[in-house]
Order: sequence, then C-alpha cells, then structure tokens
Amino acid sequence: MSRVRVLAGTKKGAFILEADGKRENWEVSGPHFAGWEIYHMKGSPVDPNRIYASQTSSWFGQVIQRSDDGGKTWATPGGEGVPAPGAMPPPPSNKFTYDASPETGKALTTHQWYDGTQHPWEFKRVWHLEPSLTDREAVFAGVEDAALFKSADGGQSWQELSGLRGHGTGPHWQPGAGGMCLHTVILDPSNPDRIYIAISAAGAFRTDDGGQTWKPINKGLYSKYIPDPSAEVGHCVHHVAMHPNRPGVLFMQKHWHVMRSDDAGDNWTKVSGNLPTDFGFVIDVHAHEPETVYVVPIKSDSEHYPLDGKLRVYRSRTGGNEWEELANGLPEKDCYVNVLRDAMAIDNLDDCGVYFGTTGGQVYVSPDGGDTWSAIVHDLPAVLSVEVQTLK
Amino acid sequence: MIRVEIPYHLRKLSGAGTEILLDIAAPITLRAVLDALEARYPMLRGTIRDHVTLERRPFLRFFACGQDLSHDSPDAPLPEPVASGTEPLLIIGAIAGG
Repeated sequence: MSRVRVLAGTKKGAFILEADGKRENWEVSGPHFAGWEIYHMKGSPVDPNRIYASQTSSWFGQVIQRSDDGGKTWATPGGEGVPAPGAMPPPPSNKFTYDASPETGKALTTHQWYDGTQHPWEFKRVWHLEPSLTDREAVFAGVEDAALFKSADGGQSWQELSGLRGHGTGPHWQPGAGGMCLHTVILDPSNPDRIYIAISAAGAFRTDDGGQTWKPINKGLYSKYIPDPSAEVGHCVHHVAMHPNRPGVLFMQKHWHVMRSDDAGDNWTKVSGNLPTDFGFVIDVHAHEPETVYVVPIKSDSEHYPLDGKLRVYRSRTGGNEWEELANGLPEKDCYVNVLRDAMAIDNLDDCGVYFGTTGGQVYVSPDGGDTWSAIVHDLPAVLSVEVQTLK
Repeated sequence: MIRVEIPYHLRKLSGAGTEILLDIAAPITLRAVLDALEARYPMLRGTIRDHVTLERRPFLRFFACGQDLSHDSPDAPLPEPVASGTEPLLIIGAIAGG
C-alpha cells in the first residue's frame, strides 16, 4: 500500500510524519536538529530516501544535511565522519560563495536596501532546496541574499548560477520583511533547461538555457508599494506553483493578488476573484486536476493571520477567479496563526492529499482534496515549511 | 593539549564531547586553534567564522582565563594557561533569541 512521508521544517527542528494511504494514523519522529531553524527539507524524486535539509541559525550560520535512509539518520554531505589525522577534509557543504569570477564579475552588483540605498550581497541562509528530477546527486538551493546555487555532488559543494544576479536588474531588487530571499525553485519536467524561480522582493524569473541566462517574467503584476507599480522587477512574489503536466501554466500568490500565467510567466492575469482577501503566502495545485488550486487567505500585510480568526483554505476548480471556502475540520474561531510560503504541499495518491503547516505548530492534512481537514500534530514549533513524499 | 569548549548546538552537530583536546604546535593562536578544530571537525567550518573572510560570526565570542578575546587579533598568542592546557578556550554563543 502506498504511504506518505511529510517533511516539516520548523523554527526549532525538523519533524517527519508518516502514514499509510488512508492518512489517518501518523507516526511522528523528531525533532531532528533540535533547536535549529529548518527552513526546508525535500526528497529526491529519483531516490525518495535521499532527503536534503537546510539547517540554519543566526548564531552558527548555514548547515546542509542529507539523509539516505528516508530521514532516519542524517549527515552533512561529505562530512559523515571525523577525518583521519592528516586526511584531506571534504569540501564544505555549507559554503555558498557568490560568483566573483572575472567572466561573470558583473554579477557582483549591489542590491537595494530597505532605505533605498545600495547594499552588497551577503549570504545568510538557504530558503529552499529543490532536488533534480533526474539526477540523485543534483540539487538546487535558493538562498538569501537572493541567488540560485547548484550542487552536482549531493550537496557537498555548491556553485552559483550567477547569470541570475548578473542579468542586470539586481540593483533594483530589495529585501522584503523576511529578507531578500530566493524562495521558489520550479523545474520544468518537460524541458530540463527551463527553471522558474521567485524572489521577495524582485519577482519571478525564468531561464530557458539551464540557468546561464535569465529573464524577469513579471508582466501583468501590479504592486502599489513600489514607485512604478508595473515595473519589470521589484514585486514581492510570495510563492509560485505549477502542475507538472502543464508546465507552461503557473499560479502565483503575490504579496497581494493571486495571479495566473498561461504562457510560462510571460504574462500574468489576476485571478483573485471572490477571495475574501487576496493577501497570503502559499499556493499549490491539485495532483490530478491542473485547474484546481489552493490558497490560504491571510487578512493583510499588516495582520498576518486569517480573517476573523477562522482558518480557511480556499479552492478554485476553475484555475482561479471562482473560489470556495474549505472549513470542515479547521478552526472556527480564535485562530491567529500564519501559513508561510513553503508550508503547503500536495501528495500524489488517487485521493489527492493536501497539507499545510502553521506558525502555531499545527500540520493539517486533507486526504480528500480539501473537503475535510484534521491536524496531524498540534503543538510543534512554528512551521516554516512542509513537503510531502508519496511512497509506493 | 589545547582544551576547547564549544556551544551545545555545535557539539551536537559535530558529535564532539563537552571538551575537545587538540594537539597544536606553537605558537598557540586563535587562528591555529580554529584551524585545527575545523580540520578535525569539518562540519564546523562556517559555523564559528565566515568561510571566506574568516571573521568571527557576530553572535559568538571567545573567552579564556576570565578575559574576552573576541576582538584580539587571531594571530596574537593565546594566554599561557590556554597554551599549556591549564585553562580551556571557551567559544560561547550569545544568550539571546526565542
């Protein structure tokens, strides 16, 4: 029977939640890396037992962790043991150095600081790890300050795809409240050279040549908080989602506004429709219905919690504009949590499961595409990210 | 032997014990101790000092013999009791955060 493995990154460690296909009885393990912030964990589509984790701390910086047994044991890639005396140490798996080579030195621009002045790029942490769809050893990392890195050796060493920062608009990128993070990495299963990424607050970008060159894809976005609301860059994109069977169709939760593109991001249309508020962070697409989309409306950018204290998921079966409230099993009152941008996930079982985690430490599951919900766990630390693996 | 104590989270990360003993040739400096520590526990590289600049991470301090050595030159000799192994070098995380 199929199983699911939910990977929850929290503010104080990682938790792994496993259940069979009914998704009723759950086994919880953790905290792994207790006391550290786990921004993201994700398993390799090639080998589901290979899981990458971003472990980070304001005190001790970035650590990359890797498991090859489904999360039971972990090690820093290449640093599994203490080296023998005199032995060459492994490459540092937590070294993210911005590309300063003469050929691509133009990538080392500055970006816009909160006060509008220019500020140098400074590595802070890895927000998102995206394992390759085809290569067990390849994995991408979206980092703060915004850049995209790739490892070809299972996370032992990292190289920046510096064409992203080097394409020219970098000086206009600026940090959002959470920092200037590259938080979304989407690999096109039909075209290995096409990658989408998103940055707060710069916008969405696409490469069609495997990451050498990039273009902003923000036409149609409108953001009142920047001097030119329709500027090429500067938009606070919170998350982007794609259905793998329709890689040219993208859904976006922007700071405000839910957006849709039918041409690989070249043009965007607002599809907020009847949502009670179109501020939010997460967005995801049903595993088997490419026009079924989920969001969690949040009251506003000043009040990061659900409207009226009622936690609600909204589902559109029409690719946007027409949204229905999903409330069965979710808190009816006094709920003032947030759902952060990487904290929603979808499984691939026939009855598609939807998951999300809250800053209040709950991880919710719906085993029926959103019709009914229950909490797998109630009292974890604040949930930063949720991913799910469907295991055969 | 040089005695070094590191914060709890770095002990968990490295698998090191409460006190680490390092055999280092003179002169005994902060840089020499950190180099030896990172060579023995590669997973600690980048967690105490920056990979590129080798600057101390802002929320960490270096104490020994009742003194704060955090702002001393990394190439200055450490106090004799540290060099002789009588006193440990303490790497301390800031007491802060939620």
